[in-house]
Amino acid sequence: MRRLLIPGVALLAAAALLGLLAFGVSHQGTSSSIDAQVAHGKRPPAPGARVALPILGASGRESLADLRGKVVVLNVFASWCQPCAAEAPILEREQRLLAGHDATILGVTYLDNSSDSESFVHRWHITYPVIRDVSGSFVRGFGTTGVPETFVIDRRGRIAALRRFQLDGSWLAQTLPPILAERS
Amino acid sequence: MSARRLQRGLALTAALLLLGAALVPAGALGSARPRASLTDIENDVMCVSCRESLAVAESPQAYAERDYIRGLIAQGLDKQQIEQQLVAQYGPAVLGKPPASGFDLTVYVLPAAIVALGLLVLAIALPRWRRAARARVKAPAAAGPALSAQDARRLEEDLARFDA
Repeated sequence: MRRLLIPGVALLAAAALLGLLAFGVSHQGTSSSIDAQVAHGKRPPAPGARVALPILGASGRESLADLRGKVVVLNVFASWCQPCAAEAPILEREQRLLAGHDATILGVTYLDNSSDSESFVHRWHITYPVIRDVSGSFVRGFGTTGVPETFVIDRRGRIAALRRFQLDGSWLAQTLPPILAERS
Repeated sequence: MSARRLQRGLALTAALLLLGAALVPAGALGSARPRASLTDIENDVMCVSCRESLAVAESPQAYAERDYIRGLIAQGLDKQQIEQQLVAQYGPAVLGKPPASGFDLTVYVLPAAIVALGLLVLAIALPRWRRAARARVKAPAAAGPALSAQDARRLEEDLARFDA
């Protein structure tokens, strides 16, 4: 019995390490549950709705909860991202249309320094609010691992549609009208 | 005190002061701080989007991060200040050191736990191995029955013949 003690302890330690590794790996992957639910027509609640993030170029903070009742097109972008630059004029044009429908674009910077983000906003004449997710923890809740990504959040704070790559005008034109037509 | 002894004392003091000045690092003498270098900082920080060292990263975000660091160096910030700015802009992940909380705590705890476990195993196993080794050394002497007087005499005779 005592002869088995050391191999037993070693085996137990190895099993514990493997368990820890499996746990770590399973919690590092991107969450595909949002995509799956949206694909099946469900609307999962937007994560981190109460997280107030600093507004780019201003002193205040803003959260999704502050915008409850509005349709929010949450666009995750970075100044160093070329597809984000391609999207910017489309989103700005859309913002002007959304203003009359109690809706807004909300930009979220992703792994970007504030001076570069501000230059980006200035260069593309962006007028919609932009918040900074410095640590990336807010967008990680959406399963974001890259940019650009866009999430349409309905008036009840639920994700109604998403796009995990560069959007175009036709996607917005198809996706937004039925969501805008809904009442809260 | 004679003038010669005074002279020798002054010379010794001057020599000691010069030696001291030579040994004190240049940065400690005045307000001049060592200038930060991009290469040095690159090795210590991460490209936050590609999750690898900035020194080897080649993504657009890595280039933007390098430009940002160059700007901070140009402003005269030292390495520590630059790292603080990077954390403010990109979050703590930019330092490549996981936060000591949640699951990431294992990064700090696990190595110490493995060493402690190894020491425990050694503490248990070493005395046993030593006891077993001692027993093996003693075993040949204790093995087998003692020689009879007749056999002992024959052995002595054989050994004597062999030596001759």
